[in-house]
Amino acid sequence: MPTFVYMTRCDGCGHCVDICPSDIMHIDKTYRRAYNIEPNMCWECYSCVKACPQNAIDVRGYADFAPLGHSVRVLREEAKATVSWRLKFRDGREKNFESPIRTTPWGSIKGPAEYAAPRPEDFARQELAHEPEALKTDKALPALRPEQLKRGVA
Amino acid sequence: MFTNNPFAALGDSWSPLVMQVYVVLMIVLVAAGTLFDIVHKGSARYFLNNWRKTKSKHVDGGELVSIAVKTAVVDVLASGEFCNARRRIAHLLTMYGFLLYVISTAVMVFSYPTASIWPQLWWLGGLMILLGGYWFWFFIRVDVAAEGNSPFRIMPADLFILSLLASVTLGLIWAYLQARASAGANVFFGLYVFATTVLFASVPWSKFAHMFFKPAAAFEKRLSYANGTRSNLPGPADKPEQFGSAREQPRNY
Repeated sequence: MPTFVYMTRCDGCGHCVDICPSDIMHIDKTYRRAYNIEPNMCWECYSCVKACPQNAIDVRGYADFAPLGHSVRVLREEAKATVSWRLKFRDGREKNFESPIRTTPWGSIKGPAEYAAPRPEDFARQELAHEPEALKTDKALPALRPEQLKRGVA
Repeated sequence: MFTNNPFAALGDSWSPLVMQVYVVLMIVLVAAGTLFDIVHKGSARYFLNNWRKTKSKHVDGGELVSIAVKTAVVDVLASGEFCNARRRIAHLLTMYGFLLYVISTAVMVFSYPTASIWPQLWWLGGLMILLGGYWFWFFIRVDVAAEGNSPFRIMPADLFILSLLASVTLGLIWAYLQARASAGANVFFGLYVFATTVLFASVPWSKFAHMFFKPAAAFEKRLSYANGTRSNLPGPADKPEQFGSAREQPRNY
């Protein structure tokens, strides 16, 4: 189900070019609007559809399993931290979904580089970096002991 | 320099009638080019078909007028559709500069006014176009850096902006040289006329026609919100706004 762009809505800002994980959203050389250069390589991640500030990108279902007349559109509202979906079926039925996409303010989550570098002895531990405090728990995490690993071996 | 009509000084070598015919010819070219563009791309048919398809809720005449006014004031006069502030400012500078530049050119060619306001508006409009246009072309337009393209790469999409910038740049240089009675003025006048002809004659191949179809698209968008279809988009979520926007400028890797 590759994406396509409503040319009259697109203003060529480049957000979809920036976010596309397949690098297939490009700017058209004649009209300076975004377009999908290789629909076969689109993996329908909907990243560009959600990122487009003009809601100019839509997804076209293949005619064999998504008959003409259906619609799947999505609205991402950053300030509300929600993503809303509207599914229209060919027979007129409609379904609406609304999901939160985060519960903390934008920019409040530290990036990996903002944490202290792990010490050499940390590499021998079973916990991942910054566990357990990063999981917001004071308790020690369950861990496998070496003798447990040998159980069952004759 | 800023108070003299640069076209008046051309009266010695060019008949005012020739210049007036040229301006009319450019207007005709824009009109013909736009009509050709509408027919060729089927844009008017596209908008009308969309309108017919999306009549789920009746929108009465008063509401239509209100939508038209909002489209004109917010989307057209204030470039309200731009989500990026830099792009919006550059567009406003270029748009109002172009209006000032074209109107003052026509006034100066047709009536040779004695008031100095028109040449000043011509210079102001030209400088606004240069500021907004060069800012856009060198710094704002989207380029895919990963493809290693030169910032000076030219493609068909640049036809409108570059012919506009060439027309205005050469026009202002010509006016400056003419005010200083420099010998090179005639060369720049020739280049100015060439670039201007390219700008107005290339409507079917450039994005010049966006000044006509973009307002239509903005109107259609507002209409789709008024009649409830919203282009099939879901309605706004029933949640309070709490996190603000964290949208970053695209980096176009």
